[in-house]
Amino acid sequence: MTTSWAMKRGVGVTSILFWIVLALLPLIGFVSESSSFDYYMFMGQSMLIYAIAVLGLNLLIGFNGQISLGHSAFFALGAYTAAILMNFGGWPYWATLPIAAVVCFAAGLLFGFPALKLEGHYLALATFTLAIAVPQLLKYKAIAGWTGGVGGVLLDKPDPPEWTRLSPDQWLYYVCLAAAILLFWVVFNLLRSRNGRALMAVRDHSMAASTMGIDLARYKTIAFGISAGITGVAGGLSAITVAYVAPDSFTLQLSISFLVGLVVGGIASLPGCLVGGVFIVLVQNSAQSISDWMKATFALRYDVPAWAIYGVLLLLLMYFLPAGIAGGFAQARTWWTMRGRRGRQQ
Amino acid sequence: MEFFLQQFAAGLTSGAIYACVALGLVMIYVSTDHINFAQGEMAMFATYLAWAMIDAGLPYWVAFGLTVLVAFAGGFAIQRVILKPLERAPVLALVVSFIALLSIFNAVAGMIWSYTIKQFPSPFPSRDLFGNGLVSVQQLGVVGVTLVMLGLLTAFFRFTTLGLAMRAAAQNADSARLMGVRVSWMLALGWGLAAAIGAIAGMLVAPIVFLDPNMMTGILVYGFAGALVGGIGNPMGAVAGGFIVGVLENLVGSYVIGNELKLTFALIIVIGVLLLKPAGLFGRVIVKRV
Amino acid sequence: MTSLLKANGLSAWYGPIRALYDLDLVIEQGGVTALLGANGAGKTTTLRAICNMVRRSGTTSFLGRDISRRSTEDIVRMGVAHVPEGRGTFVALTVEENLRLAFHTRRDHAAARRDMDLVFDYFPILKERLHQQAGTLSGGEQQMLAIGRALMLGPKLMLLDEPSFGLAPLVVREIFQILRRINEHEQVSMLIVEQNAALALDLADHVYLLETGKVVTSGPSALVRNDEALRKSYLGY
Repeated sequence: MTTSWAMKRGVGVTSILFWIVLALLPLIGFVSESSSFDYYMFMGQSMLIYAIAVLGLNLLIGFNGQISLGHSAFFALGAYTAAILMNFGGWPYWATLPIAAVVCFAAGLLFGFPALKLEGHYLALATFTLAIAVPQLLKYKAIAGWTGGVGGVLLDKPDPPEWTRLSPDQWLYYVCLAAAILLFWVVFNLLRSRNGRALMAVRDHSMAASTMGIDLARYKTIAFGISAGITGVAGGLSAITVAYVAPDSFTLQLSISFLVGLVVGGIASLPGCLVGGVFIVLVQNSAQSISDWMKATFALRYDVPAWAIYGVLLLLLMYFLPAGIAGGFAQARTWWTMRGRRGRQQ
Repeated sequence: MEFFLQQFAAGLTSGAIYACVALGLVMIYVSTDHINFAQGEMAMFATYLAWAMIDAGLPYWVAFGLTVLVAFAGGFAIQRVILKPLERAPVLALVVSFIALLSIFNAVAGMIWSYTIKQFPSPFPSRDLFGNGLVSVQQLGVVGVTLVMLGLLTAFFRFTTLGLAMRAAAQNADSARLMGVRVSWMLALGWGLAAAIGAIAGMLVAPIVFLDPNMMTGILVYGFAGALVGGIGNPMGAVAGGFIVGVLENLVGSYVIGNELKLTFALIIVIGVLLLKPAGLFGRVIVKRV
Repeated sequence: MTSLLKANGLSAWYGPIRALYDLDLVIEQGGVTALLGANGAGKTTTLRAICNMVRRSGTTSFLGRDISRRSTEDIVRMGVAHVPEGRGTFVALTVEENLRLAFHTRRDHAAARRDMDLVFDYFPILKERLHQQAGTLSGGEQQMLAIGRALMLGPKLMLLDEPSFGLAPLVVREIFQILRRINEHEQVSMLIVEQNAALALDLADHVYLLETGKVVTSGPSALVRNDEALRKSYLGY
């Protein structure tokens, strides 16, 4: 599998440099004249948020082998947890994130129990149903006092601390980045630990793993919990950065975006999660231009919606690059080095 | 009491539609061992084709027949062109492909016919059958079509060798090949039939819920619930399951939770059945060997 | 006797691992040929390669027609019935459905009906179990069903992959007696893979001895039966 890198090295120099570059990006704002810089910062926030959500999903699908189409539900739960705490509890935004994580972890555990008995298609089916049911549930009248029903909850965008001299969007970018770094680091270490190897053993051969004394039930439910918890944090961050939650933002299509991010970045690849996050936002933002381009190029009469592009892309990836973009790079590198070695031998 | 009976009859009607959707799902499950998440969207798309034909002036039944044929060909082609390369792929790749198909059909329908709702004609008059407001001809027609389809399919699977070959191919592809069955074509046939059944379901649904690209989403979930309740490998069970779910949904909806939590109710059924009775009420458990 | 099946330079791979090396094989019409050797010698792979169920190279021909590139289904339809390792039972179908499947493949339904009676003659137990789910049959009954399914195809050649596997000695003896009768009365030639060498040598008239994917020796089975050194080193008795 593509996980061997996680076994061998510690946090590499490349990764540290990469995160430092990400941390320096907002500073461009101090020299840039662009009026849409704050918008770019907002896109950056979204990319990081999606990357975190995909990270959560990847932990479950990629590293533990359980399929979920229902992560939009945990994302929604995280978002509403944050929104309700801020709106009704007057909590500071940053304090809602750990709570969102805990709430979603618990919900994930709960859903993980039934999921234990389900495999492959059936688990996909159960989680698919979850994703479909959630928006309707969020609109339910009896809880509309908290959730705002169909209209959702409007929040205030938090202000940055005065001393930073950052704009709100620059500041929120840092909040998202900090959360991303923390969570990627946690997952990275988890996967390198004994528990992490157990998680992957469950994926690769559950029966062999159980004969080796790995408690399948425990690892599968905990993986579901952690995965939901991470995606929940992403949901919380999205509530904070968008400053608004509404039921129809959390449909099956959100789950599909996560899946797109996962497959594009690469199944069971940590850097791939970031690639996936960036990709989701880029496609969403450029859907209109892609559509215009396709209309012009292929003389189409209709607009080409983003979901059609996602769909075709998913199919193409399944055929040609099942390991995703990050995985594809890794494969290319292996091929290249192998070729070099073979060349030297001759 | 009358209200109860009315709800019961309404439940049977929606049950018939769930049963149709469930039949399509069972069809693909029986012939390929997969759960097709795009079943609902395929049905919706076919219904739009029917709408376009009727809109262009074709008589209803001509459009109906043509749509069923086109849907069959379309389902067949989807398997041959899109899914065939993935025949030996892991479950995740298949689930992703089904989700991809779902997105594509939904988006393309929205792109061609827009997201505004459309009226779709019903071949059955909405006239009251006994003059007591209980059952309409329309409802009876929907139930009738479903039962006829069930009869045809059951006969096909039970009495024709082609149906038998399809079941064998799904159960044990290698062994079926060794009996001379062209497995790959059986899968395509399964997809074709499923798409045709889906098209019929869509055309039955559309007069009731109006036609829009998202019309099948909730119905698909109920179809899943119905198929699971009855046992997903069993056409007869799926239809019974569809009816049970339809009636339960209406009764629980009107007496207990109201209409706003219907999808949550479907979720509970799905998870409940998968946990408590994974083979469904009428399914046979097949022991999985190592 | 003319040769029924010929393989020249047959090789096979599982992924990157080569399992057969340039095997040459001739099967005469009407005879029983045994393929013997230790575990992993490539016996099952040979059968699978003949039916094109693994990645392979080399040429195979059946009744003088090249079948190297034909699909498994086509090869079966030409008259090669493969009774696979593990019996390949359709567990959720009934016994009758397991057998009736051949009606899908065969054009001549009258002949298929005659073959169905034939199967019940050889294996009366299957008639008793006719409407039972095949997964509920005992191991021996499932092996009989597998041979029955093969017979239903009206084959000229039957490939048998360890028909004795996991069965009680009494049942094995019964099955082998039936196989001999089938071979004699139905003009079905056989290529049989067996762990139980003594049993196979008894049934077969010709033997190929395999080791790690290569033919060590071949010849009339009497020859191997009487060559103690060969028996001791390759067959362990």
